Amino acid sequence: MKKHLLFLFVALALLTVLAACGGAATPTAVPEPTEAPLAEPTEAAPVEEPTEAAAAGGGNYVLVPKNLGNPYFDTANTGAQEAAQELGVTVTYQGSSVADATEQIQLLNSLIAQNVDGLAISANDADALVPTGKEAMDAGIPVVTWDSAIAPDGRDVHINQAESQGIGAVQIQMASDLAGGEGQIAILSATSTAPNQNEWIGYMEEELKKPEYSGLELVATVYGDDEDEKSYNEAMGLMQTYPDLKVIIAPTTVGIAASARAVQDADKVGQVFVTGLGTPNQMREYVKSGAAPQFALWNPADLGYLAIYTLNAIATGEIAGEPGDTFEAGKLGSYTIADDGTILLGPPTVFSADNIDDFDF
Amino acid sequence: MNTTAPTNQKSRSLFLTLVRFRELSIIIFILLLIGVVALNTPAFLTIENFRNILLNISILVIVALGQMMVIITRGIDLSVSSIIGLVAMMVSFTVVAFPGVSPLAALLLGMLLGAILGSFNGVIITAGKVPPIIATLGTLSIYRGMVFLYSGGTWINSFEMPDGYRALAKASPLGLPNIILFAIAIAIIVYIFLNHTRPGRDIYAVGSNPDAANVAGIPVQRTLFMVYVISGLLAGLAAVLWASRFESAQTNTALGFELQTVAAAVVGGVNIFGGSGSVIGVVLGAFLLGTIDYALILMQISPFWQLAAQGLLILVAVIVDSAIRRRLQRLGGAGEF
Amino acid sequence: MTTIHEENNKLTPQPKRRSLDFFLRWEWLLVALIIVVILVNSQLSPYFLNLRNMMRATSDYMEMGLMMLPMVFIIITGNIDLSVASTLAMCASLLGYLHIQGVNIWIAALAALLLGVLGGALNGYLIARVKLPALVVTLGTYAFYRGIAYGLLGDQAATGYPPAFTFLGQGTLGAIRFPLSAVLFIICAIIFGLVLHKFTFGRYLYAIGNSEEAVRYSGVSVARVKMIIFILSGFMSALAGVVIAARFGSTRPDVGTGLELSVITATVLGGINIFGGSGTMIGAILALLLIGLMRFGMGLVNVQGQVQSIAIGLLLIFSILLPNAARQLSRRGLQIQRGTAVSALVMLALGGFFIWFFFWSRIPVLNQ
Repeated sequence: MKKHLLFLFVALALLTVLAACGGAATPTAVPEPTEAPLAEPTEAAPVEEPTEAAAAGGGNYVLVPKNLGNPYFDTANTGAQEAAQELGVTVTYQGSSVADATEQIQLLNSLIAQNVDGLAISANDADALVPTGKEAMDAGIPVVTWDSAIAPDGRDVHINQAESQGIGAVQIQMASDLAGGEGQIAILSATSTAPNQNEWIGYMEEELKKPEYSGLELVATVYGDDEDEKSYNEAMGLMQTYPDLKVIIAPTTVGIAASARAVQDADKVGQVFVTGLGTPNQMREYVKSGAAPQFALWNPADLGYLAIYTLNAIATGEIAGEPGDTFEAGKLGSYTIADDGTILLGPPTVFSADNIDDFDF
Repeated sequence: MNTTAPTNQKSRSLFLTLVRFRELSIIIFILLLIGVVALNTPAFLTIENFRNILLNISILVIVALGQMMVIITRGIDLSVSSIIGLVAMMVSFTVVAFPGVSPLAALLLGMLLGAILGSFNGVIITAGKVPPIIATLGTLSIYRGMVFLYSGGTWINSFEMPDGYRALAKASPLGLPNIILFAIAIAIIVYIFLNHTRPGRDIYAVGSNPDAANVAGIPVQRTLFMVYVISGLLAGLAAVLWASRFESAQTNTALGFELQTVAAAVVGGVNIFGGSGSVIGVVLGAFLLGTIDYALILMQISPFWQLAAQGLLILVAVIVDSAIRRRLQRLGGAGEF
Repeated sequence: MTTIHEENNKLTPQPKRRSLDFFLRWEWLLVALIIVVILVNSQLSPYFLNLRNMMRATSDYMEMGLMMLPMVFIIITGNIDLSVASTLAMCASLLGYLHIQGVNIWIAALAALLLGVLGGALNGYLIARVKLPALVVTLGTYAFYRGIAYGLLGDQAATGYPPAFTFLGQGTLGAIRFPLSAVLFIICAIIFGLVLHKFTFGRYLYAIGNSEEAVRYSGVSVARVKMIIFILSGFMSALAGVVIAARFGSTRPDVGTGLELSVITATVLGGINIFGGSGTMIGAILALLLIGLMRFGMGLVNVQGQVQSIAIGLLLIFSILLPNAARQLSRRGLQIQRGTAVSALVMLALGGFFIWFFFWSRIPVLNQ
């Protein structure tokens, strides 16, 4: 008898816990936005409204970054929200906590299941996401990728922040300026599997073959996994291993800040320069200290802005998403889809002590 | 057991004396490794490199010492990495919001928060009778999830942190960076605690034989609770140093670090079945791991093979250690094993 | 790992319950939880009870399931295997590597399975023959195997698998689109379940978990049994690696990072005693289903992945804590000693402080 009572008790208690967990799903999801303004449209997703929102005519789009918490993506989200206001649509910002394809696929599956009106994705893996992208398109959900593409089979349109070649070229150009035309340079990348990173590195290597860069010697490519501490250690290791190193190129916002800090900590300001891709807010200190005198980036807010405009144009049937289609993207003007199914945002901006104070993101 | 070679009395006793000093195998291993690397890259043997290795392992040493105490009681604390992540985030938020908070107060806050998180582990394990590996596997995900709940995905970046906080780990008023001094101080305190205080010795007693400890009147449950609080406290301290050293608090700070702390303890000769383990061993274990890491970078092993080499070296270290121990047990005739 | 808490767990006479106890089993509790999760979730989201959605989500958990089956064996013997996700990555990477080298995809898959067996055999050898603790050995191979995956593929991604191969991971059956990988899982689960509960080998596993000494005296080679289960674990992880490669249509060396903890969580939640000796296959499978449904449901109401893990973590702890607490209550009643009450109050105060600080200290920065 006692045993039965015991079992009942356990069962009841566990159910309560579970109900609490289940209940927690709603409370944790909902109060968030009131307290957390910028990054938090994340969970702002009105839990049961998507159907109504969709019925009301305004599209319900989701901006999916590689991972949450990265200031670069948060900035893209500000741009996306701006576009959402102009267009009168809802854009929620949802991502996995780590930059990992497996988690991103699970997230996308749940978004497809919710029948959202459109997905704007920065892909963690160009190929692994193809089946998921196809699923979405089969379900009638347009897929636009930005920042980092899904292979063509798994998306409608990709928005290129800048031509990969241009990005590679501008970084080598800056490195050459900083090194004074000759010396050892090294690349500190994000994860070894990130598609955009590898493409840029490929173009940088191409660029280095040009005669005007014959004085530069690429001595190493290392990976900081977009983790601050790992990038920092790798940068330290580079300076140790190559005492004559002149420039570290970090085409990643996490890596470039970590490298600049490593250069400062190692007292090598003026000896080793850092350049690459970074955001002004994060790099301001290092531009001024001379650890990273110049770096480049497109405006990620514009990227998010354009992604939502493109998505809306496809979702509302304004364009079909085929090469040659032209549409208006608010303040950014008119864009045309290129033959390879991509849209080019524009050339990257080079930041230095002269102009950095004009930007705030 | 049937392969014991006949050894003459003299060399046998010498061997015994040497091997009794448990940490010998790790020292030999470290020396061998340094020798190989130095042959390959003569530039390896500089004070600068030595200092860098110490810098890299300081945080590991602090957390691994807590892990060691837990393992001595036959438990394991997998949640340390998430405690580091959560405390680093909470303390960083606090100092960003109140830049006037002194770095020392931030350090104390971190230790307090860490100890509270550790005490939750302790309660679940002692009062709730949940096996340590399960309890801390659960809190590993819970605390990590709380990092996210807390920060809403926001990171604290270097430029937001007050200068004093950033300098906490790095400033070197006493000649060595603070972070190394912290590690040394913690190692000394833990050493004294384990060997010269009643509660410290109780930890070993509880680990080698809980029933006997109970009969002997040692407060077994309280000792167990204590080791998890200490482990949390040290992780909390490490968290503040981590945020200060890397000048950032991210949602994935220290992700996966728990396995490194277990590895440092195990490579350092802490018996995973409880009852034994020493501060010197753990420090040496962490030093060995740090040397491996650093050597692989210096020897320019392809970054892609570094992890494999690291894993292999850990395996070899453990196998060698167990071989030596077995030899010792055989020679010492310490009964069957 | 043996622990002080073993005594408490021995009080639960888990294996071989008689028919009277049939309805008291852990498995029924899991069934009840699953029903609750389904009810709650179908209330929360209109998209939950949609077969097509569920089928799509199912394939996300099949690799985990394939690795869980041998994990049940291993944990029943009182061991653990932390290297499963790394083995998965190593084997999937070998497959990708061979594919890039132009090897036929099926031969490459075969090689990957073989590598899995080898990886499992190394674990098994070190644990069964060299007699090192499983936790230590698999912690080492956890890094070692993952490292080999990185060494094999580096920064390359292996892609362009032929459709006949990707069908293995992406293919579905019938109008409800039942994933092929789920069929594979069900077949494997039945085999593993039968071996565990109907064959002598299964009895050895429980026996080893209860008392290795006793089994050794009865003349059974404990080392061989351990060797077999770790090889099985390597093989199934390799199989999961092949499936995940087929599902993604590509392989990268970081595939499946952190999956080992999910696998262990599912196993333990399924009622397999972490110290060995008890647990059933059906329990583990129900736990996998429960975790999958919870995660799927929380995803639908847009709960972040990491916040989802809070719920899973709580479930894991409370699934063990509550039965223990209940047992203690029924044994001793509600006797509260003064000391206990004081410590409880102190803990409550600490917890309260923590919660207050948690919510208070985050506001200034988030409002910036």
